[in-house]
Amino acid sequence: MSENRYELNKNLAQMLKGGVIMDVTTPEQAKIAEAAGAAAVMALERIPADIRAAGGVSRMSDPKMIKGIQQAVSIPVMAKARIGHFVEAQILEALEIDYIDESEVLSPADDTYHIDKTKFKVPFVCGARDLGEALRRIAEGASMIRTKGEAGTGDVIQAVRHMRAIQQGIREIVSLRDEELYNKAKELAVPYHLVQYVHENGKLPVVNFSAGGVATPADAALMVQLGAEGVFVGSGIFKSGDPEKRARAIVKAVTNYNDPKILAELSEDLGEAMVGINADEIKVLLAERGV
Amino acid sequence: MQMKSRYFLLSVVFDMKIAVAALQGAFLEHEKILDKLGIDYFEIRKKKDAEKDFDGLILPGGESTTMGKLLNELDLFDILKSKIENGLPVFGTCAGLILLAKEISNDDKRYFGTMDITVRRNAYGRQLGSFGTIDSFGNFEDVPMVFIRAPYIEQAGEGVQILSVVDGKIVAARQNNQLVTAFHPELVGDNTLIHEYFINEIVNQH
Repeated sequence: MSENRYELNKNLAQMLKGGVIMDVTTPEQAKIAEAAGAAAVMALERIPADIRAAGGVSRMSDPKMIKGIQQAVSIPVMAKARIGHFVEAQILEALEIDYIDESEVLSPADDTYHIDKTKFKVPFVCGARDLGEALRRIAEGASMIRTKGEAGTGDVIQAVRHMRAIQQGIREIVSLRDEELYNKAKELAVPYHLVQYVHENGKLPVVNFSAGGVATPADAALMVQLGAEGVFVGSGIFKSGDPEKRARAIVKAVTNYNDPKILAELSEDLGEAMVGINADEIKVLLAERGV
Repeated sequence: MQMKSRYFLLSVVFDMKIAVAALQGAFLEHEKILDKLGIDYFEIRKKKDAEKDFDGLILPGGESTTMGKLLNELDLFDILKSKIENGLPVFGTCAGLILLAKEISNDDKRYFGTMDITVRRNAYGRQLGSFGTIDSFGNFEDVPMVFIRAPYIEQAGEGVQILSVVDGKIVAARQNNQLVTAFHPELVGDNTLIHEYFINEIVNQH
């Protein structure tokens, strides 16, 4: 992948900033998401809450279903590949997907190696729980990062934990002396130049979204106030009582994340939120996949 | 006359204020360029912001459907449309261009519709069709241009001045107070030429 292509891919993520990326499983849901103001949709066969409930092996979606969603909407369409499953990624690239999510939500295909994302022309987004994970994914070629959170729970605690960990990691590197950066790179098992970038710029070299457990406008605004540049909402929308209204409210909450009055209006009368499960009551922690 | 030199910012009118639509997309990148040029600005996120007085408006890149939706839902649409119709200088990049276009050839939606151009959305295809190039803008050569899932202008009306043509497609144009680019000048932060053009040739003249 040329330097230029990587820049273009990072730039697409720039265009998604301040936006909401919504999980959809059908063309109809994709249209609802687009009409509600989604900046992109994530095409997948089952939303994380159902993956969690169903158990078993969870894989890349049927290309036919992805194509149906690509035809239904004009906004960018993303899709998930299993961690390390570079052939699923090749297939998604052949479908001209706009972004591949190498995702812990699906069953990992490789417990050691992630996909070498520099081999691809299409961009990748990857999950991270802390700064080390984020920089390792970037070193492998990810052009966008999202917190892992804990998908399919409707419990925002893990997304908060991961966003705080990433931001704390950044602040720590900013505070280091130049000669201390080498050891930090060693500690995090990441390339020196990425640590240097964070030291000089006080941020990741790519856009950083939040994901995993966002269910309400308040959750979305919380993540943006904590430093997310936008949010992914998975099960939170289409597992709720009134998906269309909730989707619209979350989109507006991300724009006006700092205005409690507007957030109060948006939070009114949204119907049932997804029921959710507490992240510490579940057996399978998806976030522990692929570190 | 072709000019290769950098376009110097001649004068910024005292207390000039630019509004940046900060609904969604790459608005921070525009703000960084305004910072670099020493120009005062504020963000528009709600009705109260749009009702303030300002001398120019920037509509950034992002998703036009998202921004169009938010313009309506946050009650910004009518205020901003009437300001643009009354001559407010406005600069739209990519999604901003789509918001200003009178016609969109492959979409039923219309937004401000104040500029006499017909545009094609996602005209270069999906992300694999995104590209960067260097071409001319008006009298200026060697302008870096980044196209991300970009539109282009298929047709321009009589009062529209064409400023850039890349591979036979119109990618920058001006109609009186309105300036549009299909590419993203905000993503090449070290080249501020097009923002300077907007300030000098449009905001300062209105």
